[in-house]
Amino acid sequence: MTSQLETAQHPERLRRVAIDPVSRVEGHGKVTILLDEHNKVHQVRLHIVEFRGFEKFIQGRPYWEVPVMVQRLCGICPVSHHLAASKAMDIIVGVKKLTPTAEKLRRLMHYGQMLQSHALHFFHLSSPDLLFGFDSDVTRRNIVGVAMAHPEIARQGVLLRKFGQEVIRITSGKRIHGTSAVPGGMNKSLSIAERDELLKDIYQIVAWSRDAVQLIKKVHIQDPGLYNSFGTFRSNYMSIVGHNGDLDFYHGKLRARDDNGQIIFDGVDYQHYDRYLEEEVKSWTYMKFPFISALGKEQGWYKVGPLARVQNCNQISTPFAEHERKEFVDYAGGAPMHAPLAYHWTRMIEMLHAAEEIKNLLHDDDLLGNDLMATPGERQWEGVGVIEAPRGTLFHHYRVDENDMVTMANLIVSTTNNNQAMNEAVRNVAHRYLHGREVTDGLLNHIEVAIRAFDPCLSCATHALGKMPLEVELVDPEGRQIDALRRA
Amino acid sequence: MTQKFTLDGVLIPFEDGETVMQAATRAGKFIPHLCYHPEFKPHGSCKLCTVKVNGRQAAACTLHVSSGMVVENNTEELNAERRALTQMLFVEGNHFCPSCEKSGNCQLQATAYHLGMMSPHYDHFFPSRPVDASHADFFIDFNRCILCSLCVRASRDVDKKNIFALSGRGIKTHLIVNAASGRLADTDFSLADKAAQVCPVGVILHKRQGFAVPIGERTYDKAAISAQHEPIAEEALK
Ligand code: SF4
Ligand code: FES
Repeated sequence: MTSQLETAQHPERLRRVAIDPVSRVEGHGKVTILLDEHNKVHQVRLHIVEFRGFEKFIQGRPYWEVPVMVQRLCGICPVSHHLAASKAMDIIVGVKKLTPTAEKLRRLMHYGQMLQSHALHFFHLSSPDLLFGFDSDVTRRNIVGVAMAHPEIARQGVLLRKFGQEVIRITSGKRIHGTSAVPGGMNKSLSIAERDELLKDIYQIVAWSRDAVQLIKKVHIQDPGLYNSFGTFRSNYMSIVGHNGDLDFYHGKLRARDDNGQIIFDGVDYQHYDRYLEEEVKSWTYMKFPFISALGKEQGWYKVGPLARVQNCNQISTPFAEHERKEFVDYAGGAPMHAPLAYHWTRMIEMLHAAEEIKNLLHDDDLLGNDLMATPGERQWEGVGVIEAPRGTLFHHYRVDENDMVTMANLIVSTTNNNQAMNEAVRNVAHRYLHGREVTDGLLNHIEVAIRAFDPCLSCATHALGKMPLEVELVDPEGRQIDALRRA
Repeated sequence: MTQKFTLDGVLIPFEDGETVMQAATRAGKFIPHLCYHPEFKPHGSCKLCTVKVNGRQAAACTLHVSSGMVVENNTEELNAERRALTQMLFVEGNHFCPSCEKSGNCQLQATAYHLGMMSPHYDHFFPSRPVDASHADFFIDFNRCILCSLCVRASRDVDKKNIFALSGRGIKTHLIVNAASGRLADTDFSLADKAAQVCPVGVILHKRQGFAVPIGERTYDKAAISAQHEPIAEEALK
């Protein structure tokens, strides 16, 4: 599993190819490739511009402000940060168990987030590549092109996302920057009218989610040569799993498996995550590289997100999604599937599960209850909140002093957990698709497709779907630019 | 016969000794204000309440009404000036509404909405102002202080404790806590103090209560600030 192409032996004699930024991922990323005079690839690195420094920003702020404040970390999954921070602050105020109403409301909000994020990623960002091919005309390879060629698919994508956003608005108070999860519970329950508004559409949402799984499954199975091997690398994988080993996005214990699917650790209380995981800092990027301590830096990195979760759990509690999980596992043939493009398939299985869970919750009268706040217990000085965000495991870890101010914050976001894995996928693709010393559109497209499979949120807040310019830079061994290509 | 004056073309009754602000408020007319509070002596410092009287500008919270006065209040010209003052207040401090627990209950934010402020317009100062979290039940986030002096007046005139003061001059003016250490914990500030209730923005805050009220049920979610008037306390009219 050690990475061959991370650091070249003699970088000074190599040619640098920079691909910057990667379009249609949130924020910015840059890929650099070093070549020798025989056009052999010596080094491939994915540089991610991540919003570091946020942890400093939180220090010195009151703990109850944090769940609202951290939503500014990410423009695309603020709810995940809201909930992970709230879970950490539950611990701070000594609450180990929420009231049933509060927990179900938080779950509903989280499933809404999962649905909207997965729908956005699949329909708006990825379906153009998957439906038209990675090398198809770039002017057509976007959601507008999908709407023209497959209007019904595009329409369902838009409405699935919109429904998820409605769930978020109703449960959190606002479409973005809601405030409803507070340390120890929730500040708002659902009215009957709000519940009924969601209920009238949910069956259609479940049906469309089922169709989405069929669509991606068909695309994948039709071309196993590409889908099973594109950018494929073997690795460990990790997620939280719920009660009985169920797939659970909101709560559970940490479980990690090796590349053969054997358990590395299981049942780990995430309050002690730092006994099992460490983060490595590398000189060439601000983004850290987490790894499983017991395996060390070289062997201990892992992947997170849909592909990890769907294969890490024992089963899924909702019937349609469980049926699809079994089919996926059968297709993989009894061994873990490591293909990055299988992220899309598993992402849609998760979307289906989220839709089914929303349906179940909407039939649960606890949602309408008024018992929203648990009684605070003994005040704690340190708390960890972990959630399975759309992109993978998200850690929020805080220390709070006797004056109620945060003194330490450590966040490991999903994209950081996937940092090494994404680098590996890019290396793999560069190796396979770079020929000669010319950076073709085809190579760019393939690298982007590999990165996009992980659904990274490279920095935060920009939503210029499909509009991000793409720049390629060729630099000679002395660092002089000899060629540049820009795509608007 | 009751005495009357004209406010935006409407005849408004008033009583002897009343200010334009008091008479207008009693008549249900809104004049934007930040440092005025019906229970305290006017301070006349924020200038949000600036109106035009016979062509000249004056602060409605300090100006006494006289019979036959013609006052302009809700005009585009005055509101544009008020908007600029509000924008300056926003950039002088650190006001991050999306993560502020006073959001929805904040008079500065509500006033900005009322005036149609769409952006801060000016460059942010981004001052560095550490919070005071020393007190067991309250914390002071100086980042949001607009220097209205309401807490100063409340503590001095009602609580008789004199815990807060404005120190420095001009752009250097800032709120201080009257204790040798400068820390709220070293004063006898308490929950029952009037000064604990009056801050119009998110500076003097009750600990551990932020975000208890959901969006939709906060003060200014229910009605715009222009539709909400504080009842005038009897003693303030004297
Ligand atoms: S702390 Fe609040 S009440 Fe006191 S001067 Fe500042 S803004 Fe006014
Ligand atoms: S309210 Fe009149 S000057 Fe502030």
